[in-house]
Amino acid sequence: MAAMSDPSREAGQFFADRYGIDSARIASLLSDALAQGGDFAELFFEHRSNGAISLEDQQIKSAARSVEQGVGIRVVKGDSIGYAYTESLDPEAMRLAAGTAARIGEGGDRPTAIDTTPVGAAESFYGEEALLSDEPAAAKVALLERADRAARDYDPSIARVDASIADERKVVLVARSDGQIVGDVQPLMRFNVMALSQRGESRQTARTGGGGRLGVEYFERVTPEDTAREAARQAVLLQDAVDAPAGEVPVVLAAGDSGILLHEAIGHGLEADFNRKGTSNYTDCIGQSVASDLVTVVDDATVAQSRGSINVDDEGNPTKRNTLIEGGILRGYLHDEISARHFGVEPTGSGRRQSFKHPIMPRMTNTYMLPGPSTPDEVIGSVEKGIYCVSFSGGQVNISNGDFVFSTTEAYLIEKGRITAPLRTTNLIGNGPEALSRVSMVANDYALSDGRWTCGKEGQSVPVGVGLPTVLVSSMTVGGTNLG
Amino acid sequence: MAETAPLDLAGRAVELAEGRGAEQCDAIAFSHTESTVAIRLGEIEKLIEATSHSLGLRVITGGRTAVCSTSDFTPAAFDQFVAETVELARISAPDEHAGLPEPELLATGGGDSLQLYDERIESLPLDDRIDMARACEAAALQFDARITNSEGASLSTRIGEVALANSRGFAAAYPATSISLSTEALADDEDGKKRNAWWFSAERSLRSLMDPETIGRIAAQRAVDQLGARKADTKRVPVIFEPMMAARLAGDVAGCATGGALYRGATFLAGRTGETIGSSLVTIVDDPGVPARAGSRPFDGEGVTARRTVLFEEGRFEGFLFDCYTARRMDARTTGSAQRGVSSLPSPGPANLVFEAGETPAEEIVADTREGLLVTALMGFGFNPTTGDYSRGVGGFWIENGEIAYPVAEANISGDVASMLGNVDAVGSDLTWFGSSAAPTVRVAEMTVSGV
Repeated sequence: MAAMSDPSREAGQFFADRYGIDSARIASLLSDALAQGGDFAELFFEHRSNGAISLEDQQIKSAARSVEQGVGIRVVKGDSIGYAYTESLDPEAMRLAAGTAARIGEGGDRPTAIDTTPVGAAESFYGEEALLSDEPAAAKVALLERADRAARDYDPSIARVDASIADERKVVLVARSDGQIVGDVQPLMRFNVMALSQRGESRQTARTGGGGRLGVEYFERVTPEDTAREAARQAVLLQDAVDAPAGEVPVVLAAGDSGILLHEAIGHGLEADFNRKGTSNYTDCIGQSVASDLVTVVDDATVAQSRGSINVDDEGNPTKRNTLIEGGILRGYLHDEISARHFGVEPTGSGRRQSFKHPIMPRMTNTYMLPGPSTPDEVIGSVEKGIYCVSFSGGQVNISNGDFVFSTTEAYLIEKGRITAPLRTTNLIGNGPEALSRVSMVANDYALSDGRWTCGKEGQSVPVGVGLPTVLVSSMTVGGTNLG
Repeated sequence: MAETAPLDLAGRAVELAEGRGAEQCDAIAFSHTESTVAIRLGEIEKLIEATSHSLGLRVITGGRTAVCSTSDFTPAAFDQFVAETVELARISAPDEHAGLPEPELLATGGGDSLQLYDERIESLPLDDRIDMARACEAAALQFDARITNSEGASLSTRIGEVALANSRGFAAAYPATSISLSTEALADDEDGKKRNAWWFSAERSLRSLMDPETIGRIAAQRAVDQLGARKADTKRVPVIFEPMMAARLAGDVAGCATGGALYRGATFLAGRTGETIGSSLVTIVDDPGVPARAGSRPFDGEGVTARRTVLFEEGRFEGFLFDCYTARRMDARTTGSAQRGVSSLPSPGPANLVFEAGETPAEEIVADTREGLLVTALMGFGFNPTTGDYSRGVGGFWIENGEIAYPVAEANISGDVASMLGNVDAVGSDLTWFGSSAAPTVRVAEMTVSGV
């Protein structure tokens, strides 16, 4: 729609108009924060509104809306931080918070001039059309009802459908004592469907969903019916699922959602805070071979409209596409300001936080593997006996040694190069570096998952994207019950 | 600055909502001051301190529900927030089961006997906090020469108050404190792989907190114990859950024993009330009335008197945890189990979940196992509440002839929860609390272990 907006200036204007937060107030708070010394200070203003409507069993169960606003104030001295926040954006409350954060600076040098020049954003990676948060409730209810009908029409066994639609609009403004004032207006939406299939006493449920940093145009790409039929299909499929094998077998990961493997197996280990502390299994491995030479992995915050994308990171640094592994060789880590200073490198735009209540950490955005030379059929056809994994409910990694677990929701047996019976929910267990060294085929069919992943680290959740082409891992432990 | 005492805020929200035409409404308000000191390699890594206030308002008019939250308490913004909540309730469909608790269910007493508040936490000086975290990490680093690194130690405290008010005249608040201290130690294995372990203590009072050095030594011991870990064989063997892991298993079971899972048809326990599912050694209870525990509370998220609910009694499944809505849906009575944050509807869940102790010393359970797996770490989310299918990544120790043979990593255990409960053939006398849950050592006679 409208002319190109500048989300950075829009955010600055928002906080100035609504809360009187202008350059003078910002400069005064920054100097309060640095009153006892420190390398730099940063203010993170945030105003977030969320809305959600949920449908349960053909009824709109409830509507919800929440608004949260506040400022997080950080003072950095070497690798140490002082942090305070307040939900009140009144000058006295903010001054008190700055004083609390300032304690860490005690005994340090006072930094020099404070720079508070507002800057515009270079480019926006978000959808420009009508935001979901501006849509009338009746339109959202209609989308939920379409999903309900489509899931029930898919199969007579679908006995229950729950669906929800959620939107978020987050306005942020980052002001740093050593840099300029940068803002962003970040939209986010999500559509979820759960379907329950009942055959006699046997009940199976499946959930699916998607979304991203865009508005109603999402539903032109993925209709409510698409999402609903997908949930129904998975629930019905599980009715005929057989026990998964137990033990080590070849595993084919389908394109898209399987990117969770990358996220867990190597992504977290490449976040530079762990490497700065020497607690990651990838510590001191830059330039070394950490994966099969078929593997090239990037973290890219600039994918249009993706759930993991951001125009600027939460420290005000511009985001970009960062190559982590190239042809199996480790090229770099994901940095926030502290780790970039520690390693003497440029920030990668990877400083993120859940909200103004949370300190910054290096985090992933959209993490994916680039396509390879094979076709998906060649990859599957090469497996005599193994499993084919399509979708997952989640995963977890031990960052210190790379051991990971992730749980399948849709997976199949492969027998003599052909996909056969669907499998019950099971786990894939392995070790990041070992699994990546066992990537023996990579297909040409790269896909990014639809926007449904949220990453948790040290109690903080941020939206992310994951992606992968079809990949063969020559051997991985499958945690099924079938010993045959 | 705006008024932020939780009980006043909750009362004001209810009054304003009624004035705007809300038929029924309730408001929950929280305020807390959190403080965290993180130390790494002896240096201060983070000092965090902040005070936070939030309020959630639920409005039910003509059976139509809305729930909204805010942290902006300036008069004009607060009034607008209430008006919008009342308006938003028009969107949802009328639901005859929606509504506040019946008046006779509402709590009358406060939480005085629950020992939820410790003044000493409020007055604990910053220097003491720093010393405690330093001592904890130092004890881990000095425990064994093979401990080569640390993720640091962190001491957090929270001093807060929760208040609830509703349009049936209920208005009550209680203060609560919590304190937690944790550390993570790392050791280097021969093949270069890092072995890490973490330990913590979380309590309501400073006096009950485990001493910092002990926490550090346990974390270090657990890291060193994992040195030389290898994959297990793939086979069916007995699996022993140490207390913290048994508490996780009980949590998975309790998640299936809620009214929310029941009315959605999303639990393997649906229709099985009164059925003997577990062995006679399995007794699992939810008890909000245990003094001084993380989940202890005088009333639930709707103001209903919190009470003890038996989920499994010697293997027999006794029933579900309900809040008012799910109880009405299922023609049952609320068990006072409503969990409540500010921005979502109440939903039932456990307060303090206890897998009750047996009589066998934990060492005897290991000594009595010819071959099996002792589980000390669980990973991943491979649990399907609808079917009870259970598959989790694990770490721990292989047991041969009643003794620990070697540490195990990258293994997985799988089965289904109903059979697992039925196959519990030993329960230890070593009941241990971890925050809001407690369990002893528990052995399941047979599960599938996947490895090589």
